[in-house]
Amino acid sequence: MTHPTIIWVPCDSAARSVGADAVAETLAVEAAERGVSLEIRRNGSRGLFWLEPLIEVDIAGQRIGYGPVDVSDIPALFEAGFLTGKPHDRHVGPVEEIDFLARQTRITFRRCGLISPLDTNDYESHGGWAGLKRAAILPPATIVEEVTRSGLRGRGGAGFPAGIKWKTVLGEQRTPKYICCNADEGDSGSYADRMLMEGDPFTLIEGMAIAGLATGAEHGFIYLRSEYPDAIATMNTAIARARTAGYLGPDILGSGKAFDITLRRGAGAYICGEESAMLDSLEGKRGEVRAKPPIPAFSGLFGQPTVVNNVLTLATVPMILSEDPGPEGYAALGEGRSAGTQPFQLAGNVRRGGLVEAPFGLTLRQLVEDFGGGSLTGRPLRAVQAGGPLGAYIPVSQFDTPMTYEALAEIGAMLGHGGLTLFDDNVDMAEMAQFAFEFCAEESCGKCTPCRVGAVRGAETMAKIRSGDSVEDNLVLIEDLAEVMVDGSLCAMGGLTPMPVRSAIAHFPEDFSADGGKN
Amino acid sequence: MANSDSTTGSRADEGVSAICAKYDNRPDALIEILIDLQAERGCIADADIAPLADTLNLSRAEIHGVRSFYSDFSSAPKGRVSVKLCRAEACKSVGGDALAKAVEKRLSVQLGHTSPSGDVSLEEVYCLGNCALAPAALVGDRLLGRATADKIANAIGKSKT
Repeated sequence: MTHPTIIWVPCDSAARSVGADAVAETLAVEAAERGVSLEIRRNGSRGLFWLEPLIEVDIAGQRIGYGPVDVSDIPALFEAGFLTGKPHDRHVGPVEEIDFLARQTRITFRRCGLISPLDTNDYESHGGWAGLKRAAILPPATIVEEVTRSGLRGRGGAGFPAGIKWKTVLGEQRTPKYICCNADEGDSGSYADRMLMEGDPFTLIEGMAIAGLATGAEHGFIYLRSEYPDAIATMNTAIARARTAGYLGPDILGSGKAFDITLRRGAGAYICGEESAMLDSLEGKRGEVRAKPPIPAFSGLFGQPTVVNNVLTLATVPMILSEDPGPEGYAALGEGRSAGTQPFQLAGNVRRGGLVEAPFGLTLRQLVEDFGGGSLTGRPLRAVQAGGPLGAYIPVSQFDTPMTYEALAEIGAMLGHGGLTLFDDNVDMAEMAQFAFEFCAEESCGKCTPCRVGAVRGAETMAKIRSGDSVEDNLVLIEDLAEVMVDGSLCAMGGLTPMPVRSAIAHFPEDFSADGGKN
Repeated sequence: MANSDSTTGSRADEGVSAICAKYDNRPDALIEILIDLQAERGCIADADIAPLADTLNLSRAEIHGVRSFYSDFSSAPKGRVSVKLCRAEACKSVGGDALAKAVEKRLSVQLGHTSPSGDVSLEEVYCLGNCALAPAALVGDRLLGRATADKIANAIGKSKT
């Protein structure tokens, strides 16, 4: 009897959003009717979303891709001989050799799309648990030192060195301590956290367990937004399986140290992606921002010493603790103080939307044009918003900026969570500036006045500008307001809302003229 | 702690007690508890606040404050099928605003409202994490990419059956 042919069909929610489940079902039905023996396995997404649903046929260990596959393509795929890798309109060749993927340096996402997300053995056979096994026998200070040496910075947006944060918590004598994973990825244009949690959840669990061993925390929380029901289900199952297999629990891998994880769901508040608002939400309260100091490392969850890190930060730690690439290997990638790799996310009006993990330092143009292939509509690009709704709109003239924390700061922009939203020349930048204020008004926690009131006044004033009402005077007013919001807000919500607004005005003044850019 | 009828005048609510017990009556699990309660009852009604407060040893104001803070929670029942349309930047860049208008027309419901029949509520959300396949919508728990009014109507039909 011959072995069944293995076909991978993604279970990632984005792939499912364009029909991956129906493709999997139809493949099974069609195979049964033809008397062909198939084993359908579900993987995460490779992050080549314009090809989703992207199915992969395993031919002697090499995975040959076909995508985007529609249910109606399936009979023809069988007839063309896709099970032996034969040509077809949807044939994209060996997946690892697709230019978009071959040119990446995947570390955080090395297993995503490759493995069966909830199979602990598949995870292990692809290098999983190696970092945790080392951490289990290392002194905490050594773990912290390795993370520091890797140069890993917080991937949530602030870019604070992870090792320094961990060292502070390790140095605190008070217990209990906590590891809080911020999985409230709410920035439009960002989906890396979701993709990772659905495609390789154990790497996040492993990273959190290492953080626990490193700092003396015995409990971790994942704060996961309700907009990601698939990620919630996958993470919950993964936590249970990791516990059964002994990677979580009272004695991790015989270290004598305990660590366990509780997943907590969000309830539709963008502000809970701000770390102190997230901590309040984890305590069962309104997600209101706390004044700093004290920082969470001293007084975080329930007032105890707490590490707060983003999903991608924690999910990168296992590879730093393992030998591949290890701290030195990771630090050697990237540019200057922007060490390692960053998962960039191409979003919005883009021909080839997807996840690009690459060392810091490639240019925005390389990402947008070489990887992304320009706009989806085929029209000229006009702007890219980098770093989500609080990030700057970058004009085409600045596309040669290297993607590092420092170079982006120099042009008044930021990396944020690495989301890049493309806009073609149909975009009205004054409308986007008004939207930035409206979004802030909708999502402000309301604790500080510059944000709560400023956002509303900003939206009103921007509406006047768009209707041609005292444009010059109102632009002065906007600048005054921006200054107050930047200087006076408690957190980045109010403090950064002026960034998209100011960048839109600075780079696209024609959209803010008295005639609304109509001439 | 729980069911102190004499001090608060509220009546015990077995459903509330059962959900709270699942979380060991921990006040820090309030958001989880409200999510579960809303999934069971369709909303967090005013009448639920006192039993929650009693069971979790919180004030009624605290429960009310949390219910009103998070946009997922509702004090009145919503439609049988929830349709969430992403209104954020990535979806705007590929016609999200036009889609919103088309969906309102197709379903005869305004954003932020529930259809008179109680079939569908149409809500705005900011980002569903499907920004490479925008515009995105969530129908029940089903995520849609490259969403159109037709695809959304179709998904509503499926989730009713």
